Amino acid sequence: MNALHVTTTRIFYAILLLLAVLVLNFTMMHLAPGDVADTIAQSMGGADEETMAQIRADYGLDKSFLVQLGSYLGRVLRFDLGYSFYYNQPVTSLILQRLPATLLLVFTAQIFAMFIGVVLGVISARRPNGILSHFVTFIALFGYSAPVFWTGILLLIGFSLKIQWFPVAGMRDVTLEGGFAVRALDIMRHMVLPTITLSSIFLALYSRLSRASMMETLGSDYVRTAKAKGLTEREVVYKHALKNALSPVITLAGLQFSAVISGAVLVETVFAWPGLGTLAFQSILARDTPTILGILFFSSSLL
Amino acid sequence: MAPLLKVENLRIELATRAGVAPVIDNLNLELGHGESISFVGESGCGKSMTALAIMGLLPEGIGRVASGSIQFDGEELTTASPRRLREIRGNEISMIFQEPMTSLNPVYTVGEQIAEVLRAHQGLSQKAAWKQAIELLNAVQIPNPKSRMESYPFQMSGGQRQRVMIAIALACTPKILIADEPTTALDVTVQAQIFDLLRDLRAQTGTSIIMITHDMGAVAEMSERMIVMYAGRKAEEGPVDQVIARARHPYTHGLISCVPHIVANLTEERQDLTEVPGIVPGLSEFGQDLCLFSSRCPRVTDQCRQARPPEAHFGNSRISACWHAEEL
Repeated sequence: MNALHVTTTRIFYAILLLLAVLVLNFTMMHLAPGDVADTIAQSMGGADEETMAQIRADYGLDKSFLVQLGSYLGRVLRFDLGYSFYYNQPVTSLILQRLPATLLLVFTAQIFAMFIGVVLGVISARRPNGILSHFVTFIALFGYSAPVFWTGILLLIGFSLKIQWFPVAGMRDVTLEGGFAVRALDIMRHMVLPTITLSSIFLALYSRLSRASMMETLGSDYVRTAKAKGLTEREVVYKHALKNALSPVITLAGLQFSAVISGAVLVETVFAWPGLGTLAFQSILARDTPTILGILFFSSSLL
Repeated sequence: MAPLLKVENLRIELATRAGVAPVIDNLNLELGHGESISFVGESGCGKSMTALAIMGLLPEGIGRVASGSIQFDGEELTTASPRRLREIRGNEISMIFQEPMTSLNPVYTVGEQIAEVLRAHQGLSQKAAWKQAIELLNAVQIPNPKSRMESYPFQMSGGQRQRVMIAIALACTPKILIADEPTTALDVTVQAQIFDLLRDLRAQTGTSIIMITHDMGAVAEMSERMIVMYAGRKAEEGPVDQVIARARHPYTHGLISCVPHIVANLTEERQDLTEVPGIVPGLSEFGQDLCLFSSRCPRVTDQCRQARPPEAHFGNSRISACWHAEEL
């Protein structure tokens, strides 16, 4: 009974919050200068006032703010996110098309950052004053302070242009033919640089946190007990210490997940990764209000 | 017969911010087969450091054996390989610690933590180790051992956890058990139970015990011989009953006077309880050529402040490091 009550209250608040987000986003988009009519006119090479008014009337942009807001909310409540002016597609299907690419990138980056971060953290915790530890600290500081798009461009110049190990952009090579394995390998090759770029910030966080947490755990009484049992160093570190040291890292990973998603927007843009981030970026440039609102709504409901 | 454990001229140095301090300074001791001795002294006197040195577990990068030797069954431990030390630890020399609440790993069941030692040292299979761990839990008198195997440490009381620690320590029937203040964190009734348990297990297995404590009552109950330590040095050594009856070092005398029940029976006129004034000197003052107790000693003379007292030997293998030992 109580649990049910809590759940319903939570859901109620979540819906309320989403509505607020919708209204706020819509208002902000409305206040921003320029609309889709400008973009269309621009692509036609300019248009007179009359044509502009005609376009605005076609898309319902001439109505008052409240009427537009009301009709938008009404459609969203019916799970209809509207129609993209720019892509000529329903926003929902547009989002669903782009979603897998983003999720793939976000999850890979998150897992990669956690794994490498923990490994680096453990290594540097075992020899806190060793050269390796200082190196890890440097990498962490660097990764944390450098803006992602800058890291991304740097990696692109280095690994795609100078030494051509990885493709410059996109997610797959369209000219490539072959079975599932060939295509999967191709996607992986495309993923390497975006993943490293997106991971760099979080890698720093995870390695610093796991280093601190590991050092604390290594000094704990039960690790001393494990040593007193005559276990090997590997058993002491990985079986007894690591499992305890991981819990703050996992907590942070959960909290950071939203940050990884927002970081993905920048990274996708740099690498032209066909995900939600690139979509959002392009629709903002195109003043494609329904698409932007749809993406914002979608990501806020994810969180 | 050769002693089981022989520590000679042991010097342990601890790197501190102020420099290197000899936390153990020229310590000698012997432990016979099946014997039980106690290290007594205030906190910071180097009792635990001695124990950790014997285990080869001095804090890495901070403490090290600077000179002297530790011989276990004729084998030198200070120069033994890490691999050999691992074989000995938990197998032939075991240790239980002061803090049962934090000495067990919170994320594994107690059964796993006991079975692990058996697998490491006796090469038992998963199943055989588990079965023997149940017997060990039974031996340390934990009720319903079979189902308790699945318990996590947080589901147990302090006394039960210390029993689990004892089960871990005794799993491979070690020759030496080092108990570093095993009851300090427990309440009085549980303390008595743990001592009873240790005594019973000792009688059954013949394990030698080194008790580290500052509880004179525990010493009288558990050990035949005691070593009183002060500021990294041995102050006095001798059979427990004789030392308690007639301490030959002012520090020992002070320690004994702090405890009511061993000085007098309840019916007798009781002597006043006294305290030892002052505190143990800081690490930076260790290692000077004087009697380190002189700053707190009621019998201090100029001689005490000028040179470190030699260890004077008396009958019944009693030793006292005091310039005035003869007079006491």
